[in-house]
Amino acid sequence: MSKTAEKKAVSRSEMTKAQWTWKEIKRNKVAYLMVAPYMLVFTLFTVLPVVLSIVISFTDFNMLQMPNIVWLDNYVRLFLDDDIFLIAAKNTFIFAAIVGPASYIMSLMVAWFINELSPKIRAIVTLIFYAPSIAGQVYLVWGTLFSGDAYGWANAVLLELGIITEEIQFFQDADWVMPLCIVVAIWTSLGTSFLSFIAGLQGIDKAQFEAGAVDGIRNRWQELWYITLPNMKPQLMFGAVMSITNSFGFGAVVTALCGFPSVDYAAHTIVHHLEDYGSQRFEIGYSSTIAVVLFVVMVGANALIKKLLSKVGGS
Amino acid sequence: MAQKLRTRKHKVVLARSRGGDAGITFILVILGIFMFIPMYYVIIQSLKPLDELWMFPPRFYVSKPTFKNFKDLFTLMSGNLVPFSRYIFNTVFTSVAGTVGHLFFASLAAYAMAKIKFPGRKGMFKLVQTSLMFHKTVTAITCFILMSAMQIIDTYWAIIIPAWGSTLGLYLMKQFMESSVTDAVLESSRLDGASELRTFWTIAMPMVKPAWLTLIIYSFQDLWNAGASIYIHSEQLKSLNYAIQQITAGGIKRAGASAAATVVMMLVPISVFVISQSNIIETMGSSGMKD
Repeated sequence: MSKTAEKKAVSRSEMTKAQWTWKEIKRNKVAYLMVAPYMLVFTLFTVLPVVLSIVISFTDFNMLQMPNIVWLDNYVRLFLDDDIFLIAAKNTFIFAAIVGPASYIMSLMVAWFINELSPKIRAIVTLIFYAPSIAGQVYLVWGTLFSGDAYGWANAVLLELGIITEEIQFFQDADWVMPLCIVVAIWTSLGTSFLSFIAGLQGIDKAQFEAGAVDGIRNRWQELWYITLPNMKPQLMFGAVMSITNSFGFGAVVTALCGFPSVDYAAHTIVHHLEDYGSQRFEIGYSSTIAVVLFVVMVGANALIKKLLSKVGGS
Repeated sequence: MAQKLRTRKHKVVLARSRGGDAGITFILVILGIFMFIPMYYVIIQSLKPLDELWMFPPRFYVSKPTFKNFKDLFTLMSGNLVPFSRYIFNTVFTSVAGTVGHLFFASLAAYAMAKIKFPGRKGMFKLVQTSLMFHKTVTAITCFILMSAMQIIDTYWAIIIPAWGSTLGLYLMKQFMESSVTDAVLESSRLDGASELRTFWTIAMPMVKPAWLTLIIYSFQDLWNAGASIYIHSEQLKSLNYAIQQITAGGIKRAGASAAATVVMMLVPISVFVISQSNIIETMGSSGMKD
């Protein structure tokens, strides 16, 4: 080995991690230039707002006066003094606990059911299930289907059958608001995760199923648990994230159908509470506190579900 | 294995019971009806003449279909304070500008994160992936404050710029590039002396066309369906969707026109999906999350 080469090797190993990183950074300048525009916008409109919310949540900022630091006062008020928030929190959890799993399981089951159909039929069924989630304001038709007068199909059918004698004011009745909103939410929720499951199922190597059949898989349920699900774990993870995020962030549909606030706050969620204080009362400090709590809940729920999902397939 | 394997044309036949098939078909039909009824309802309503709209008991079909509701919709549109073409322009302009910028910036960043090994790429991607875990409403109010500081409230920029940095697009593009652009091809292009930017544009981008299309569709759908926004106050900058909501808010007199409006608005994203379905599914094949 020549002397210079030996020297080089020594200096390479003597280079500290920081030095090496710095060299790599310089060598890859162009990569940083490539990510720069996206990361700038992403930081400005996604990262910075989260950080700023946390900071503002410790103040009494209201857009008019100089903000004062109030430390945990907002959090204390939220959990101890705000009855509406407690209603909103309860509704949000009921909502997420029903809509999240229901939409997830329905997406997975439908994707699985249609997996063995011919491509044309599969495309049509996919469209029927996926369309409500992309069709914009189409969920407003639930308002007319379940309208409070006898022209809504729901009331008309119930009246005809003699089950009721008087129209039900579905979206003005505290008992009906929540269940109906849950149904509408599930109806609009077969979105990205659904498509991801369809793709994941299509991507599984068919030979694995045949090998499974030879190895004694007896029915399609065993096949689902031992072969299909473990093979599409990454999609299951991604779908879970999309479903959870959507089920917690669901608010616009409730406002559109039930008005704001909904009757007796029966379908008031944390998202509504946040909008109420943020864009109507301009108590930015307090609304930031609500935002931070919602943020922690969403990210926490995601982390929890990821842990659970890692057990799928018994591996 | 001692058990008998049913075979057909020398291929192993998977365990499928008749009862299972029937059960699955049954559930699928029930769920399909549940999904389809509201869609069917709005289409039927949009085609009903006035006397059929207000008939008791309501009919589940149309006997004399008419396009009068669609005509009424356009009459109502032209009676607006702001010319209706302005709303259409607003939505089309923001949708196109937001989508083009997003496609370009997100692909560029996705390529670098997937295919160049530079320090910090994992951290950056992790950050983007984490942001999929919370909903946009969480940051709406602080975004508003930041945008007022940047003085872009009540301009098109308030809608367009955030769309450039939306996260799902980058996530899908990066995953797709990782799985379908092989390093060997890129390496040979680099050895030929092509710059990273050139390699990205001439080699990688043509290989990920399905992901482009998916990105375009997601971004376009988001912007197309955007209704009233807290970032826009001026009437002449508001979206088509907002304007249509105003028409449909006109109460029972406008039931027919409002159904027609919903049909018009939903036809655009649905037809776009029908055209691009196979590409989207292909992109979703690599959407999985690994950890």
